Amino acid sequence: MGALFSFVVVILLILVAYVGVAAAGLQSIFGIVIPYVAVLTFIVGVVYRVIKWGRSPVPFPIATTGGQQKSLPWIKQAKLDNPSSTTGVIGRMVLEVLLFRSLFRNTKSELRDGKLGYGSAKWLWVAAIAFHWSFWIVLLRHIRLFATPVPSFVNVLENLDGFLQIGVPRLFLTGVILLLAVTYLLLRRFYVPQVRYISLASDYFPLFLIMAIASTGILMRYFFRVDIVGVKELTMGLVSFNPVIPAGVGTIFYIHVFLVSTLFIYFPFSKLMHMGGVFLSPTRNLANNSRMVRHANPWNYPVKVHTYDEYEEEFREKMINAGIPIESTVLPEEFEEEFKEKVEDAGTPVREEE
Amino acid sequence: MYNGGKILFGILIFLALVTFPFYNDIGKANVRPEPKINTPEIQKLSEKQCVESQAFMKANHMTLLNEWRDSAVRGGNRTYVASDGKKYTISLQNTCLRCHSNKKEFCDTCHSYAGVNPYCWDCHIAPKGAKK
Repeated sequence: MGALFSFVVVILLILVAYVGVAAAGLQSIFGIVIPYVAVLTFIVGVVYRVIKWGRSPVPFPIATTGGQQKSLPWIKQAKLDNPSSTTGVIGRMVLEVLLFRSLFRNTKSELRDGKLGYGSAKWLWVAAIAFHWSFWIVLLRHIRLFATPVPSFVNVLENLDGFLQIGVPRLFLTGVILLLAVTYLLLRRFYVPQVRYISLASDYFPLFLIMAIASTGILMRYFFRVDIVGVKELTMGLVSFNPVIPAGVGTIFYIHVFLVSTLFIYFPFSKLMHMGGVFLSPTRNLANNSRMVRHANPWNYPVKVHTYDEYEEEFREKMINAGIPIESTVLPEEFEEEFKEKVEDAGTPVREEE
Repeated sequence: MYNGGKILFGILIFLALVTFPFYNDIGKANVRPEPKINTPEIQKLSEKQCVESQAFMKANHMTLLNEWRDSAVRGGNRTYVASDGKKYTISLQNTCLRCHSNKKEFCDTCHSYAGVNPYCWDCHIAPKGAKK
């Protein structure tokens, strides 16, 4: 259901942009207004959510311990998997963010001849890393449309990406890898029963959306070509706050931009926020130093306590009157005369008596 | 906020990256590049017409060049019959560049603007700008 719903929503989005531009001629809405709204929503939304996370306390040190923790000097510590220092944590975070190390440790369990077995499962990691890195490079390549002159690293990236020199314009490998990887990630949700069971519309929608974005981008580059100079005029107009709508840019471009805008708007409200969230994962970004450093719960507040000394101070008179032994040897001066006898009777101080 | 310093630092990096196109380009004049076709060879032509129409060339010159490459280098066929029936010799050096001898003012204007890096000149000798 979730998959069908998400698919229909993405198709509707494409139709909205197509009708809006091809039939209604709303180029300025789809080319200027919506992209601005999208970028603003994205920036404000991401910052808002990260600050909101930052305001949540982490009550316990819950660093995951994927290896030998720092112990006696002759026991070898797993410094990257179980770091005890900030440097180690940075190392672990770099591996996590750039190489998805915890996903690399993914395992799979299955019953074979009635016996439960566990084994390494790397396909998800392979697809995830291919997907994320391709998407990142595709995004960086788009800087050519948002900067004049084009930064040299973007040209280097393009030459590397198109080094096979297939066709004209050159086939960019990342575009193909992105589409293949996102297809794998989608099929996985269809065909692995356990994953299918837990998949919701919020899982399918980003996949279909990204698939549509990659497809429209590929179509625009290799099949229904758009006037790239016109496209850059439009994008440069956006970033220099001098928006223009050049004539003759194909509808497919506006569909692509509308889908990307949807992704940007959807981003802060969705699971895609794992982009910011990965940096704030307590299991990854805390050093496992709970035996060296006391991790104070930030929830702790000054608890109002009533110590025995204070108790005795408050009730000394009554206690003495009732003949209850008291510990304090200090007797308020004004009571000295009156209670002297009784204090002696009560046998205080107890310790001296023994 | 807990660990406010680190989190705000991260947010600042995020903002700097995301807003890069804006602060990099704000206030810059957005000029559409216009490739120049006023070379001496073109001036000599009575009818200023490329092998195909301008609209076709603008959209498909790269595909046409690719077809020409395959046709000449791989198929050994050096004659191109245009859609209007005229025949042209398939040669980058002797047909295309004879007229468009101003690589810098013609090819490069749009290619640099849009960050396109064609690999024509991996094999061919690149013309040295405008030839007089």
